[in-house]
Amino acid sequence: MTELFTLKHNPLVDPAMHIWAWQIPVYLFLGGLVAGLMILSGYHIIRDRYDTDRPHGHYVTAPMLSVALLSLGMLALFFDLEHKIEVWRLYMTFEVTSPMSWGSWILLLVYPVLIASALLNFQEAQPRLAARYPTVAGVAEAMRSRPGVASLIGFANIALGAGLGIYTGILLSSLAARPLWSSALLGPLFLFSGLSTGAATLHMLTHIEKGEDNSYGDFLVASMVGWIRPKHGEHEGAVKLAHADNGFLTIELSILMLFLINLSGSSAAGHDAAALLLTGPYAAVFWVFVVGSGLVIPLILQGLQAANRIRPTMIPALLVLVGGLVLRFVLVYAGQASHWPRIAGF
Amino acid sequence: MVIDTHKCVGCKDCVVACKTENSVPEGYCRDWITEEARGAFPTIQLELRSERCNHCENPPCVHCCPTGASHVHEPGGVVLVTHEKCIGCKACLGACPYDARFINPEGYADKCTFCIHRVEKGLDPACVSVCPTHCMTFGDIDDPLSKVNQLLASRRHHTLLPEAGTKPKIYYLT
Repeated sequence: MTELFTLKHNPLVDPAMHIWAWQIPVYLFLGGLVAGLMILSGYHIIRDRYDTDRPHGHYVTAPMLSVALLSLGMLALFFDLEHKIEVWRLYMTFEVTSPMSWGSWILLLVYPVLIASALLNFQEAQPRLAARYPTVAGVAEAMRSRPGVASLIGFANIALGAGLGIYTGILLSSLAARPLWSSALLGPLFLFSGLSTGAATLHMLTHIEKGEDNSYGDFLVASMVGWIRPKHGEHEGAVKLAHADNGFLTIELSILMLFLINLSGSSAAGHDAAALLLTGPYAAVFWVFVVGSGLVIPLILQGLQAANRIRPTMIPALLVLVGGLVLRFVLVYAGQASHWPRIAGF
Repeated sequence: MVIDTHKCVGCKDCVVACKTENSVPEGYCRDWITEEARGAFPTIQLELRSERCNHCENPPCVHCCPTGASHVHEPGGVVLVTHEKCIGCKACLGACPYDARFINPEGYADKCTFCIHRVEKGLDPACVSVCPTHCMTFGDIDDPLSKVNQLLASRRHHTLLPEAGTKPKIYYLT
């Protein structure tokens, strides 16, 4: 029998650590999603740079959506800070051992690359806006006329997207005091989760995006019915995205399994941490929303869509997004609940 | 710092002295008493420990700090937080395996400083100076002739969570 009694009583830390609430999972989810969108956009920019005939609606929508989502994520992160007035200090130094410092600087580089990505296809995708803002259109045209610039923006998207996606996982795994987070697999796990949620977002855009001649009302109707009814003429793109998303989901599921196997077979603290997800208080949410509806069901649905057995809809994309968000919530909350054994064994 | 667990009676004088000396806000503590009992009757063993930040040689709280607010003070290797530089991101709270840090109501990460303001004047930390059983000894671990080294050479001792790899600098004599 070993019994521990302590008089320690610090808020947020005792009796169980709960320093991070909804803000951090939301930030990690949005950061990962934007990372996924950037890698996919970068790949398309490099692949399609000479194909000027196709209207690249997503290539403008996706980076601008990324700017909005990333800003929302950073706002959540800002809400989490306890000493908000000092936030500028993040940019007064670069701490090489701190993943949070790396992340702050990566985020600063991400914004100009996203805006450049949106400008690259501005004229083709948004001709009305281009006519209204000739200066912006001029800059966009100057960029587009130089293939080297397009390549550079494409590669910058991929490099920064990968950095951002991995960083969101490393941020937690660097905090080795919490056994659940003490795994280098969190980096690739969050990267592939980011890629799957990024592909799911693009998938949703193919269903709800406004056509050139549609009015705003049509767009709203399309948004509402898009998740149950496929949009005409976009099957090819949707099927490609479903294929890509299934690839990402398969890798994500494999990494998640490896992560749990590794943790279960490690120290007693690691075993207890894995048990929090596998059989403990977070098990129901983990199995139902992360593994079940977040990974396995979308894999099956998108597999059937790709094989033309069912009509492509937004449902699997929606499930992937919910699963990605819940994955962050579960890992952040369960991670805080995991701890080293408190007994000293004197 | 070396703490003799055979002498500690868990009176909490060290806790009160720290709160008074450092104006620790109500409801918070920089040091605390832990009682660990093990075994079965009639061979139960009890250890009373005065615990605080371990001022680790390999401090994860310093490595993860994005602004450099958490730092190692030299000379002496004391782990400190520059309050004005801390943004309150709480990464250091998550990184500490001893849960020794907390967020001060003013928004910055707070913890034991080994009363560096007293030590620099040649005084002992407040907790050491008030201990009625003299169970705590503060000194230079790098000096082979210091009292702390003599105690460690003469008695069995342990640290907290050595498996965490942080190389804690508080030793408990058993």
